[in-house]
Amino acid sequence: MCLGIPGQIVELAGGHEHLAKVEVAGVRRNINIGLLEDEPLEEGDWVLIHVGFAMSKIDEVEAVRAMEGLALMGQAYEDEVQAVAESRIR
Amino acid sequence: MRFVDEYRDPVAAGRLLGVIEDLTGDDHFKFMEVCGGHTHTIYRHGIEHVLPDGVELVHGPGCPVCVIPMGRIDDAIAVAETPGLIFTSFGDMMRVPGGNGTLLEAKARGADVRMVYSPLDALRIAVENPERKVVFFAIGFETTAPSTALTLLRARDDGITNFSVFCNHVTIVPPIKAILESPDLRLDGFLGPGHVSTVVGNRPYRFVADTYGKPLVTAGFEPLDILQAVAMLLAQIRQGRCEIENQYTRVVRDEGNPRALEVLAEVFELRPYFEWRGLGFIAQSALKLRAEFAPWDAELHHEVPGVRVADPKACQCGEVLKGVIKPWECKVFGTACTPETPIGTCMVSSEGACAAYYNFGRLHREVAVSMGRRGA
Repeated sequence: MCLGIPGQIVELAGGHEHLAKVEVAGVRRNINIGLLEDEPLEEGDWVLIHVGFAMSKIDEVEAVRAMEGLALMGQAYEDEVQAVAESRIR
Repeated sequence: MRFVDEYRDPVAAGRLLGVIEDLTGDDHFKFMEVCGGHTHTIYRHGIEHVLPDGVELVHGPGCPVCVIPMGRIDDAIAVAETPGLIFTSFGDMMRVPGGNGTLLEAKARGADVRMVYSPLDALRIAVENPERKVVFFAIGFETTAPSTALTLLRARDDGITNFSVFCNHVTIVPPIKAILESPDLRLDGFLGPGHVSTVVGNRPYRFVADTYGKPLVTAGFEPLDILQAVAMLLAQIRQGRCEIENQYTRVVRDEGNPRALEVLAEVFELRPYFEWRGLGFIAQSALKLRAEFAPWDAELHHEVPGVRVADPKACQCGEVLKGVIKPWECKVFGTACTPETPIGTCMVSSEGACAAYYNFGRLHREVAVSMGRRGA
């Protein structure tokens, strides 16, 4: 739950729901980007995601490092990716 | 130095370890890593065994699943067993035993308990089931509390009235203070939590240096981050400084995330007190929904037993959470208490010290002992 998982924004939806489509570990899911309101986000940007919310904008180098670090965690990482894949935020 | 080979950059790791060894000399330092994510990294990579004998890492209370007391699990189960209700929870919480079993067992008895990834998934379930009440079991430090807050704002704005939150969010500063006040433990400094600090920033930790005279370095989650933060703590001590520093600058800003802090203040207020597993009742250490959000506050709409349940006698999670004992020093570790059949919370969550040690740490320790390095 507290694992931050990096995702790349593929589509900004706009609207009061503050949703964006991101690609996380090969799956595309909606997340909420409302906590990064003060930060201009563009398609292609990387964010660190906790429980379906982008918590901080990161650069691609950090995203790759974080992803490699997570992959080393084994089961905890697989559980997180599985949970993301089952998410259907609208 | 077998473990160093597993690190991303063995040369950098070796260099940092050299610095750490020089700074440590013949002295002994005890640092607490507050965050469960750090505990996981430390055991996963055998960091405690590459550090010199004079640097000891003890694990803190920063695993949100671990600190929820048994009574609150029973409260959650009581709500979950309300006929017709859908109870939603993060996966980790479903296996945590209360006095009355786990949420998974309640599900097996017929309660409609569903695992969700996000509070927004719980809200979606409410939208899809307008005739049923849906409760979200909210847990976590400031890392996840803003997510619950934004979900509640959306529920209010969209007029979703069959959704409510059973709020168990806690805050990071009071337990650090409780540990500093505890006579059980003498610490020389802290590795500050990485992700919590993306929200709260580094300013809330100033009291650690100003009032208690201990340094704190906010750290990232890579093995190299941990080593660098340890080196920064030692450098402060050797140079006679005592400051709040940030090793994880690539993600954490000193001021935190202002928007997240704003929504926290809009939706939540501090509870007068809250029970923590192992630490007991701590004043103003947890969040509850503000009166304006009463329609979405599950505690106001459902009967909860609200009974304090003592941990099982054999379970020493409390001492593990305070850093007083190491996981393997608990009487039931690895025998009666395993990740498959956990007795205490620290064995449930992947961020719990016991689960992390059970899964990774003991292997490193066996190798380290056989190589003549520090074991216990």
